[in-house]
Amino acid sequence: MGLIARAKWSELAPLLDELEIPAPVEWLRPPEMGMVMLKARAGDGGKAFHMGEATVTRCVVRIGSGETGFSYLLGRNADHARFAALLDALLQSAHKEFVQAKVLSPLSGLIAERELMQSRKAAATKVDFFTLVRGEG
Amino acid sequence: MYVAVKGGEKAIDAAHEYLAEKRRGDAASPELSIAQIDGQLALAVDRVMAEGSLYDRELAALAIKQARGDLIEAIFLLRAHRTTLARFGTSLPLNMNAMRISRRISAAFKDIPGGQVLGPTFDYTHRLLDSSLLADQEPVRAASADVPLAASIPRVLELLGQEGLIEPAADDGQPAGDITEEPLDFPSTRDRRLQVLARGDEGFLLSLAYSTQRGYGRNHPFVGEIRFGCVPVSICPEELGFEIYIGEIEVTECEMINQFHGTADVPPQFTRGYGLVFGQLERKAMSMALVDRALRVAEFAEDQIGPAQDEEFVLSHCDNVQATGFVEHLKLPHYVDFQAELALLRTLRKERET
Repeated sequence: MGLIARAKWSELAPLLDELEIPAPVEWLRPPEMGMVMLKARAGDGGKAFHMGEATVTRCVVRIGSGETGFSYLLGRNADHARFAALLDALLQSAHKEFVQAKVLSPLSGLIAERELMQSRKAAATKVDFFTLVRGEG
Repeated sequence: MYVAVKGGEKAIDAAHEYLAEKRRGDAASPELSIAQIDGQLALAVDRVMAEGSLYDRELAALAIKQARGDLIEAIFLLRAHRTTLARFGTSLPLNMNAMRISRRISAAFKDIPGGQVLGPTFDYTHRLLDSSLLADQEPVRAASADVPLAASIPRVLELLGQEGLIEPAADDGQPAGDITEEPLDFPSTRDRRLQVLARGDEGFLLSLAYSTQRGYGRNHPFVGEIRFGCVPVSICPEELGFEIYIGEIEVTECEMINQFHGTADVPPQFTRGYGLVFGQLERKAMSMALVDRALRVAEFAEDQIGPAQDEEFVLSHCDNVQATGFVEHLKLPHYVDFQAELALLRTLRKERET
């Protein structure tokens, strides 16, 4: 599930075309937008405080084969939240392997590639210090 | 006697239409999209999220568009919007050690494990207007190193902490206060102060931070570490009973190393000031850290000599939504108040003449 939350919708959406979801799909809780308060700490292990809120979308679904799936995602993308819940349900069903192979595995590759590229760009800005030797010896 | 005055509806409607036309600007130039504001005015979006106290890039960009670029108006819009949303819960404490780093520097140590990573910064630019930006540009592709940054980069202040040279960052175990739930009371606590500062006005906090440097409550700061990047957010929803990861947000963290302090029981140690904000708002994070440290004046039995050390003054005035509300309300009709004042003045003058 973490993978689906880590993905951008633009990365996830194209992987969903072949997905077969057992009917009927029942939305026990249709996508609902709200917030979570974000807690932080003043330094590693320091005093906890509330730094501000972030928008969140959540929903709960039951698929035809009986499994329920849920999702909580930062942001307000209802489609992303819907599919996160559906995938969560499918991962508990007989479709598990299909979802692993067709969605999660390619998704994990895309995310890893994006995050690696970001890290390599940051790494290119790492300072190499050198020392100027002045005078004689 | 109170006389209700009505009227102005037509004028108000026309004014709002006029505003809408001005907002659009020259109809011959393309309309600004929310995605363009998010992507190309990203630091304005960061500021609106931070002071609006709601992390949502799209909503903040919308607020900027609606407010014609007036950031305090946009912050006001976002704050107002947050009151319409239900709160699903509170996250687990954000873990800065798990940050996917874009920038990380220390001004206290040159050689630090993980290195000095400049990231996308204005530092070391020449501050000359770049006239090439007057025309459309080909997208730039940043250089990338062969090897990425280490997955986890140790925090600079922990290096000092290992030697006991800086006060430990400790939690007293008391639940963190929440100023959105219960009003601020004085004397306050550090957790509440940090919450207020995190959403406080950047300009106000910058000036207060500057005032401490100029002598109004000096606390001898060094930038121990600034880091900017993405941190994971996890929650533990009641109905599930276990932790789930729900996405990541960009934050800037500033850990200041300040004036050392010791007591009969504790040998001298550096002290800490802490800043944390949404987005890449380094100036704000630094200002917050300086003001956080200044406000710890009682904790270290320091002399209170500057406004930045006066928590009632700082915390009561750093919220720009409150401030603008009270200042700007002066332009709303005060006809009756003013009539009373005028009548009083006329009476006083008449009495003086006789």
